[in-house]
Amino acid sequence: MDSAFVDVLQFLIMGIQRGSIYAMVAMGFNMIYNATGIINFAQGEFVVLGGLMMVTLTMGFHLSIVFAFILSVLFVMVAGILMERLTINPVKQPSVLRLIIITIAVSIIIKGAAMCFWGKGSHYMRHFSGSTSLDFYGATILPQTLWVVGILCCVVAAYIVFFNYTMTGKCMRACAINRDAARLAGINDRKMVMLSFALSAGIGAIAGIIITPIIQMDYARGAMLGLKGFGAAVLGGLGNSMGAVVAGVLLGVLEALGAGYISSHYMDAIALIILLFVLFIRPSGIFGSAEAMRLKEF
Amino acid sequence: MKGKHSAGFFALIGAIMVMPLLVTNDYYLGVLTFTAFNCLTCVGLCLLMGYAGQISIGHGAFVAIGAYTTGILTTKLAWSPWLAMLCGVVLVLVIAFCVGIPALRLKGHYLAMATLGFASIVHVVAVAAVDLTGGPAGIVGIPRLNLFGYVLNSDKQYFYFAWSAVAAGVYIALNLIYSRVGRGLQALHGSEDAAASLGINITAYKVQIFMLSAVFASVSGSLYACYVNYIDPGPFDVMHSVLLITMVAVGGLHSIWGALTGAVVLSLLPEILSFLSDYLQVVGIQYQPDYDTLVYGGILLIIMLFLPEGIFSGISSVLSRVRLLFGKTAKGTDHAG
Amino acid sequence: MPDNSILRLNRLRRTFGGVVAVSDLTLDVCRGTVTSLIGPNGAGKTTIFNLITGYLHPTAGEIIFNGRSLMGLKPHRIAAAGIGRTFQNVQIFPQMSVLENIMAGRHLRSRAGFFYSSILPPVLRGEEKKIQESAEKQLHFLGLAPKAHVPAGSLPLGSQRMLEIARALAIEPKLLLLDEPASGLNSRETIAMGELIQKIKAMQITVLLVEHDMELVMDISDAVAVINFGSLIANGSPAEIQANEDVIAAYLGE
Repeated sequence: MDSAFVDVLQFLIMGIQRGSIYAMVAMGFNMIYNATGIINFAQGEFVVLGGLMMVTLTMGFHLSIVFAFILSVLFVMVAGILMERLTINPVKQPSVLRLIIITIAVSIIIKGAAMCFWGKGSHYMRHFSGSTSLDFYGATILPQTLWVVGILCCVVAAYIVFFNYTMTGKCMRACAINRDAARLAGINDRKMVMLSFALSAGIGAIAGIIITPIIQMDYARGAMLGLKGFGAAVLGGLGNSMGAVVAGVLLGVLEALGAGYISSHYMDAIALIILLFVLFIRPSGIFGSAEAMRLKEF
Repeated sequence: MKGKHSAGFFALIGAIMVMPLLVTNDYYLGVLTFTAFNCLTCVGLCLLMGYAGQISIGHGAFVAIGAYTTGILTTKLAWSPWLAMLCGVVLVLVIAFCVGIPALRLKGHYLAMATLGFASIVHVVAVAAVDLTGGPAGIVGIPRLNLFGYVLNSDKQYFYFAWSAVAAGVYIALNLIYSRVGRGLQALHGSEDAAASLGINITAYKVQIFMLSAVFASVSGSLYACYVNYIDPGPFDVMHSVLLITMVAVGGLHSIWGALTGAVVLSLLPEILSFLSDYLQVVGIQYQPDYDTLVYGGILLIIMLFLPEGIFSGISSVLSRVRLLFGKTAKGTDHAG
Repeated sequence: MPDNSILRLNRLRRTFGGVVAVSDLTLDVCRGTVTSLIGPNGAGKTTIFNLITGYLHPTAGEIIFNGRSLMGLKPHRIAAAGIGRTFQNVQIFPQMSVLENIMAGRHLRSRAGFFYSSILPPVLRGEEKKIQESAEKQLHFLGLAPKAHVPAGSLPLGSQRMLEIARALAIEPKLLLLDEPASGLNSRETIAMGELIQKIKAMQITVLLVEHDMELVMDISDAVAVINFGSLIANGSPAEIQANEDVIAAYLGE
């Protein structure tokens, strides 16, 4: 097999694996953004919290993967609901800056708490189904990577079903389009906001759980994951979750290719430079229409 | 400068003069000197956020650029720290101009994320560009500043010097607020459309104030580098930028004095906490410095929820309420008479 | 084109996606008059204001002010050319005092930049004094002097509208665009607003007015233009407009 081809393939696999995580973080951003117009700066912290909780439950308490997975997601969802109830809900008519600082404060608290409970080191967790690499046309692929991609597909499918075929999902969409009209139609918009925080936290937790075996989670990873996830959300057009999935995977692939062919030291900068370029040149994202975005605040 | 502000300004000068007489311990004097660096950055950031209404979670990057320019030029090319500081300012002006023009077209969350992304990139470069910045190991052997050939060796000298820079920054900021430029900035904060309808070039004003506040940060970074004599990327991560805006927000966005209060309180917080930890031990709580982040986030959240205008305006509103109470009784007697 | 036209809109057109907001509108505003734009809600009146003052750009057509094209100019340049405006939803600077609001309006009539303002304010003392004096004069003119040091956001709506007009006058415009100055005002305040507009006219400032209060419009206008669905359907003196059947049809529905 041509070694250049194998390299590209290897970078692609790497990129899709990272990109899947960015895609899920971006979906989390979008859910809260659609329900409230807020960009949640603590989104990355949900990912960290999910991952670290999973580490404790599987490695500390020796629970089965499935059980630990469900418990971790529920735990982070509760954290998301608490965040909404205690910090977002009580604030009446806040300025954008105040909201930004409130979500930053929550992210600092979660980060601080994570550091107290789990310490400063990074945490190892066993892979879901062994860590023996599989051969894929000459490139290697971890079983965990297949899990990551598979679970992303499941999340996307669940997302589509939820927002298109369930009453609650349709109510959430109605709130996102026009909150006042939705309220007039008898939808409890406050509850929808709370639900959006819960779901957003849940998706973040899933992302954290599935990536932890590969990257070894530590308390300080939230900011960077959040920023890159936001990059994916903007690239896909803020509020457009299917766009975010494509953009997330694209961002991951570009990052992996950049790291492979340009410089691995600057890997983290690549996704961020793409973020800045999109924000500066086309803040409506690659799938958004510039005309429609003019109505949104940015 | 207006009446109450000149009173505040002279109070600040007085406090700076007296402080080293009260604090004789070199360690605490050092802590206060570090506080000065944060104060300087926060005064500039307050002009940008509180007066012009533009959010930046990227000012840590300008501090880093100032510090690294000083570090690199003084150690590798053996330039004078003053010249290096000036180069840092020029470099920061250019970078702030290039970043500011596209970034300041954005508003709110987008601007916040763009500036945060910028700060992250600068940090990544500081770690990765090993040839230039020394990478994670950083740069050692940065010389101390000299003033007219007189090297600022003692902590006390540097304390005076750093705080003089803060005083100069406050002087500049207060002058600016009560000027044609300051009104233009506050106008575009109030309503960009209305400001433009008065002939204010809002794009130019936003970029200019962004550049000016970046210069404050850059000078602060240069002073920091010359004080600690070595720099590494550690203190210049994204968290540093976040800390800076939280200082401004905790103190109070809408006033220079608020920003100073916030910078002082949060810079001293780790010291206050470690001081309190002795008392907490009595109550049975084993306080560790690791809890600092948690406490810090908690304070920030509580202030944003219950005192959104910041500590400073909280204090002044309590004071004015007290004054009102006395004022009312005075009026009451007038009526009776 | 009439000789005394200060503002000419020539086949002005603006579309939003597929919606035509302003459709090939041609209109002259004569120097020294109070000209009113009226029409049902959504007729495109505020869009026309935003096109004139550079907040929106026309899809086609041109705008000529004082014999000079305004095409492609940014709002602050158009203000400098001599067009002042107010906004439908009052846009004062709430954190600044009433006096400072008007002083901000003197921006174009002063020059201080970042350097002197921040480092050497004594140099600017003379200019500052002039700005403050003329702003205080403006406040007296509008009867807002007692409120000079109150935060503008705490004024009642009627005074906020007055302040907004005072601020627009502070730039010494040749043409003043008022967007629904009487909306939300009670009848006493509306009368005061009418008197103020007459005073502004007496200062040789041309006024272009969008207003829904027909009594006020017919009372103070020299010319009235009626817009519906973005096009001009009638143009003339208040008496002519009141008798025009197209206008009655547009307002009452056919």
